[in-house]
Amino acid sequence: MFTASAEFIIGAVDLIASFLFLFGLQRMSSPVTASSGIGVAGIGMAVAVLASFLYALNVDQVVKPYLAQNIALAIVALAFGGGLAWLAGKRVAMTAMPQMVAIYNGLGGGAAGAIAGIELFGDKYDGAGQLCVTLLGAIIGSVSFSGSIVAWAKLDGRLKKPTRFKHQRLVNALVFVSTLAFGVAIINAVLGDALRPVSVSALIYVFFALALILGIMLTLPIGGADMPVVISIYNAFTGLAVGLEGFVLQNPALMIAGMVVGAAGMLLTLLMAKAMNRSITNVLFSNFGEVSAALQGQIKGELKPTAASDAGIAMRYAEKVIIVPGYGLAVAQGQQKLFEFVKLLQAGGVNVRFAIHPVAGRMPGQMDVLLAEAGVPYDMIFQLEDINDDFASVDIALVIGANDVVNPAARSDKSSPIFGMPILNADKARQVYVVKRGEGKGYAGIVNALFYDDNCNMVYGDAQAVLVKMIEAIRGLGLPAAA
Amino acid sequence: MGISIDMTGFVAVYIFMLAGFAGWVIIGHVPAILHTPLMSGSNFVHGIVVVGGLYALLNATTFEQQVMGFVAVLFGAGNAAGGYAVTARMLKMFQPSLHAPPKPAISVVASPKKN
Repeated sequence: MFTASAEFIIGAVDLIASFLFLFGLQRMSSPVTASSGIGVAGIGMAVAVLASFLYALNVDQVVKPYLAQNIALAIVALAFGGGLAWLAGKRVAMTAMPQMVAIYNGLGGGAAGAIAGIELFGDKYDGAGQLCVTLLGAIIGSVSFSGSIVAWAKLDGRLKKPTRFKHQRLVNALVFVSTLAFGVAIINAVLGDALRPVSVSALIYVFFALALILGIMLTLPIGGADMPVVISIYNAFTGLAVGLEGFVLQNPALMIAGMVVGAAGMLLTLLMAKAMNRSITNVLFSNFGEVSAALQGQIKGELKPTAASDAGIAMRYAEKVIIVPGYGLAVAQGQQKLFEFVKLLQAGGVNVRFAIHPVAGRMPGQMDVLLAEAGVPYDMIFQLEDINDDFASVDIALVIGANDVVNPAARSDKSSPIFGMPILNADKARQVYVVKRGEGKGYAGIVNALFYDDNCNMVYGDAQAVLVKMIEAIRGLGLPAAA
Repeated sequence: MGISIDMTGFVAVYIFMLAGFAGWVIIGHVPAILHTPLMSGSNFVHGIVVVGGLYALLNATTFEQQVMGFVAVLFGAGNAAGGYAVTARMLKMFQPSLHAPPKPAISVVASPKKN
């Protein structure tokens, strides 16, 4: 009786949690309701976690001696893991968000892998089908775990250069095939009555080790600017692994939540790859940026530097300005100053809008978050397809810390490695100012023809310092704010 | 007991299919401006793995299983709590203009010739 009602409560709570997850994600699809969406999903998570302690009422006789210990372990793990991650999440700077998400995602993948481990070591799966699913979830979860850790190290600047060596793809393929081979060996050892030269446990350990190595090897050669796609893929992977382990545990909440995230992550990955005009396999396996430097067409014109104060004053007298912020702005921590500058322009009656490229930043939509953090209202922020036609009708485009996403070579130069990538048409503005650290190239290693255009002037310097000078210049005019 | 559900064979595949479709459709409607919070939000949702970890840990019968169950709950809880914290923080930052003029209509300039 007791156990039956416990089972009923768990089932009902899992059902409610699944609904709240879907409802919460759905509310997250608009900036107006998004904040409540995560709250709704959070309630679902909290009740599901609390209800799962009822599993303790329903354990087998063999588990009973361990139960008190297990409950204590569970509470310690929850408090410790949850508490640390919560504090870290509250403290992390918005610019460091991509690596933080990579870590949390890796934890989820690791958890799915650990569950698979318990299933395998404890012989807890039901038949060959579930064994295969367990192994599949184990591979995906482990790859997501170790891959996310490498992605974190790259985004955090701990791993500077992509690691590439000869025959890398061949080596990776070998690791992948041997992981699968050990998976098959486990299936054989467990189900078949074949001779067992080694214990099943040893096979399982090697299998996990290989899967973890695979995640590291796959992520090492990928460059920093492709990390948005990588995090997104691993997010989908973790979701998939969770869904698969949910099937083995016969828990529909895990199956649904995992598969929803798996599909959502896949869609997001595809959208991003499209924004870079590259396929996912190209991102994962092509060692982008290695050869591009050799492939540059001739560029006419010269770089025309100008003073920050002149550029600032020119914008104050403009009618319409579009600002294209890029990752360089975030590196210089210039968002606050940028918004201060924008408010000065607006006080003078200038129409100012922000144009954001879909892959600006180290994570899709990161520039939007950074601007929001600085206080920029979201109705001033426009996405590429909504604003691109307007560049032709604005007086000034201010490109600040962005490079490849405004390179017109993507439209015209077939030999360019970024040819075909949708770009922001900043070059169509009457006047373009580019704020840049120095004369260096963008991530793709290509010269930007825009910088040499007749209507383009360069403002060299750290984005934040340049913005301070622009603000001072406008204040120095002593103009009254427009009514 | 009559209340437990067996999700085997096609039933499981149906659940996966419908859930995958739901995820695809819901996310397809999210504007690019929200992609980061969305990613961390969906990252939070797969933190439900902590429930699977709890189940596995509570049913552990060997030291090995206890260690792995502990790791699963530790990691899963980190995934869920951290994912929630950062997503909620980010979403709070998205505010409309104060004296909200409705989102300015995109100026109806004749679109420039494509080259």
